[in-house]
Amino acid sequence: MDTNKKTFKRRTMLYIPGNNPAMLQQGSVYGADGVLLDLEDAVALNQKDAARILVSHMLRYISYEGCEVTVRVNHIDTPFGMDDLKAIVPLQPDAIRLPKVETVDEIRRIIQMVEEIEDEHELPHDKMKIHVMIETALGVQNVYDIASFSARIDAISIGGQDLAADMQLVKANDGIGIDYARKQIVMAAKACKIDVFDTVYVDVENEEGLREEAEYIKKLGFTGKAIINPRQIEIVNEVFTPTEQEIRKAAKIVKAFERNKKEGIGVFAVDGKMVDAPVVQRALRVLEMADIDVAEI
Amino acid sequence: MKNILQREIPETLEGIGELEPFQGAFTKLRKGWMEEKKVPPPNKATMPHSSKMCSNLKEAIIRTKPRNGMTVSFHHHLRGGDNILVESIRILAELGIKDITLASSSLTSAHEPILPYIKNGTITQIYSSGIRGEIGKAVAQGVMPKPFVIHSHGGRVRSVHTGNIKIDLTVIAASAADVEGNSTGAHGPSAFGSMGYAVIDARYARQVVVVTDNIVDYPCVPQAVTQNFVDYVVKVDSIGDPSKIAGGTTRITKAPMDLQIARLAAQVIEHSGLLKEGFSFQVGAGGASLAVAKYIRKIMKNKDIKGSFLLGGVTSYGVDMLNEGLFKSIFDVQSFDAAVSSSLLTNPYHIEITAGLYANPFNCGCMTNKLDIVVLGALEIDTDFNVNVITGSEGYVRGASGGHSDTASGANLTVVVCPSFRGRIPIVKEKVHTIVTPGESIDVLVTERGICVNPNRPELKENLIKGGIAIKEIKDLAAEVEQITGKAKPIENGERIVGIVEYRDGTIIDVIRQVK
Repeated sequence: MDTNKKTFKRRTMLYIPGNNPAMLQQGSVYGADGVLLDLEDAVALNQKDAARILVSHMLRYISYEGCEVTVRVNHIDTPFGMDDLKAIVPLQPDAIRLPKVETVDEIRRIIQMVEEIEDEHELPHDKMKIHVMIETALGVQNVYDIASFSARIDAISIGGQDLAADMQLVKANDGIGIDYARKQIVMAAKACKIDVFDTVYVDVENEEGLREEAEYIKKLGFTGKAIINPRQIEIVNEVFTPTEQEIRKAAKIVKAFERNKKEGIGVFAVDGKMVDAPVVQRALRVLEMADIDVAEI
Repeated sequence: MKNILQREIPETLEGIGELEPFQGAFTKLRKGWMEEKKVPPPNKATMPHSSKMCSNLKEAIIRTKPRNGMTVSFHHHLRGGDNILVESIRILAELGIKDITLASSSLTSAHEPILPYIKNGTITQIYSSGIRGEIGKAVAQGVMPKPFVIHSHGGRVRSVHTGNIKIDLTVIAASAADVEGNSTGAHGPSAFGSMGYAVIDARYARQVVVVTDNIVDYPCVPQAVTQNFVDYVVKVDSIGDPSKIAGGTTRITKAPMDLQIARLAAQVIEHSGLLKEGFSFQVGAGGASLAVAKYIRKIMKNKDIKGSFLLGGVTSYGVDMLNEGLFKSIFDVQSFDAAVSSSLLTNPYHIEITAGLYANPFNCGCMTNKLDIVVLGALEIDTDFNVNVITGSEGYVRGASGGHSDTASGANLTVVVCPSFRGRIPIVKEKVHTIVTPGESIDVLVTERGICVNPNRPELKENLIKGGIAIKEIKDLAAEVEQITGKAKPIENGERIVGIVEYRDGTIIDVIRQVK
C-alpha cells in the first residue's frame, strides 16, 4: 500500500489567484477541503510569469496543512502551458488541474509531457493526481473517454462559465443551459469511479442561491463544488456534510445490516422501509462523509 | 522598580506623582476595603426659577470661570461624529486658557482638530481610555510636557471617585435636553443611545454644561443626566455630524478572515461548557468580535438556549437578539449605532447603566464581574497571553483600553480573537510592546491558524479537546507565525516616558516611551 497517498474530503475547493500573495498564504485557514492555486483564468496575461514564480515559491514554503493542494495550469496550447508544467510538476502538488480538455489525444499528449518532466526529476508517476476540466461542448461529448484514459485522473470538473460561452448561452446564471452537461459529466465520473466537482457560483452576495445550487448538485451526484470566495465555504460544506438526523438513520441501517448479516438475511426493514445492499452502501457513504468509523458505531 | 509582569515602572513620574506597580488583577481588590479616599461630589446651590440657559457654548464656558491648569472632561458617546469636544477646546483656547488636562472617556478620529492645541500648550495632559490617529502619533512622539494616562472604562470611574481625575468642567452633549439640563441620548435627531460615561462626570465635575441641538419641553424624559447636577444648558445648531452620530446599524463584517476567526471562536464558546441556559455575554463592535455574535446566535437557536443579559457597548445586532428572545435584557453603557437608541427608549428590558455599575473596580460589584463570556480583540498578544490594545506596530498610540481589562478580569471565559499576523507583522509574539490586559485574565486565544488555551485553565482545555477542537501551544503558534513573517525588529524607543497605562485598580501595568 502506498503510504504517501493522502485522502481529503472534496466538498469545497477554493480558487486562489496565483498572483495574490496574501490570499495564497492564507488559503488553508478558511476551512475549505482543498485549495486551487490558479495560474489560468484568474491571472491576467501580463501577470502569468509572476503568478507561476509566486505559486512555485508558495508550494515550497507554505504549509497548506489539512488542505488538498491543486494547481490549475494554463492550457498546453497557450504560450504559458508548457512553462507552467515545467515549473509545477517537479514540485508535485497533490494534483494539477488541466483546463479545457476536449479530446483523448489532448489528454494523452499532456500526460506524456507531465511524465517526461517527472522522469527528468526522477519522480514517480503515481503520486500527483490529475484533474481534468470539461469546459466545452466537445469536451462534454468526449468526457467518458477522457476521464477513463488514465488511472492518474482522479477527478473531473465542469467549468460552467466557459461552457456557457462555448454554447453561446446568453443567460447562464440559472444553470438550465449547462444542466445536461452537468449530468453527463457526473455520469462519466461515476462510471470511472472518480470524484466530480461542480462549477463556481459567481454571485457571492447571494447565499441562498448558493445553498440552493449546492443542494441541487449534491442530488445530481457531485462530490463537491469549486468556491471563489471564502464566505461560500461554510454553506457548501454544510450542504455536503450529513445532518445529525441523516447520520443517526445511516448508523441505524448499518447496525441492522450487521445484525441481519450474521443471520444470513440480505433484505430487511428499518422504520418500515426496505433496506437492501444499495441502501446500505449509501448509508456507509453518509458515515464516511461524517468521519464516523463503522467499527465504532 | 519592576511590576509583576517585569515591566520597568519608575517610582515617581513628573506630571503624575507616585506610581504603584501592578501586582496582579485581584491583589489589590481582594482586600475589599480600599485605602484611597473617595472625594465627595461638589456641593452647589441654585435659586428657584433662575435660568440655566446660555445663548451659546462660549457664554456657558465663560460662566463656568475657566482657569489655567483646569481639567475638562467629555464623553465619547457621539463616536466619530462629535463636534462638542473640539468646539469647547477651541473656545477655551480663544479665551487664552493654558495647561488644560483633557479627560475624555475616549478620543476618536473626530477629535483630530485639537492637535494644534496639544502642540501649542493649551492642552498639556490627557487622561483617556483611547487615543488614535494623528493625536496618538503626536503624543507618542512626546509632544506634551506631561505624560498621558490610559485608563480602562472602569478605571476612569475609580479615578474620578478618588480624585485622581478632578474634573473642573464637563461639557456633556445630549440629543435631547430640557432647560434645567435633564438630558438623554435616546431620542432626538442626533440620538446616540446610552450616556453611561457622561453620568459619572456630571455627578463629580465642579461645573456641568449640557449641550444639545434639541431642547424639549420640561421635563425631558427619560433622564440619563438629571438637573440636580447641571449648571448650564446650551442649545446649539448641531452637536456633530448626524450621519456619523446616528448612522444606521452596525453590520456584521464580510471579511472572510474575520468571519473564519469568529466561526472558530463560536466553536470554542460552544464547547467551553459556559454556553448554557442563562449565560451572560459581551462582544465588541469590531470585525471578528461582533461576528462571533452571529454564530452564537445560530447556536443558541439550534440548541434552544436562552441567555440572561447582554452587557457593554451595544449594537443593533444585540438588540435583535433581545427582540428575538435570545437574551432577557441588555445593560447598555454605550451604544454603537443609532438603531440601538429606539430600543433603549422603548424596551424596559434595555437598560441604560453608568460606567460605575458597568466596570468600576472600587465598588461592591460591577456588572463585568457577572459576565460569563466576553469576546475581545487585540493589537498584539504574547506567549504569556498579555494583550496590547493600545500601541501599534510602530509604537504610536492607536487604540483603546476601553473595557478590555475590566471585562477580561470579570468574565468566566475571556476569548481574544485576532489574526495571527497582519500584513507582514506578527500579532502573536514573544513579548507585546505595551501590556494593557494581563495574561492571567485571558483564557483562550482564537486565531485563523490555531486556538490556544491559557495553561491556568486546564479544565477548559479538556472541555475543548472533548468537543473536538484542536489546541495549539501559544509558543508553537508564535513560532509558526514567525516562520511566515520573519522576526519583526523591536520598536526603537527613547528613554523618556510619555504615557502610562493604568490597570483598572490604578496600579501601573506598563509605560509608553517616546517613539524616536
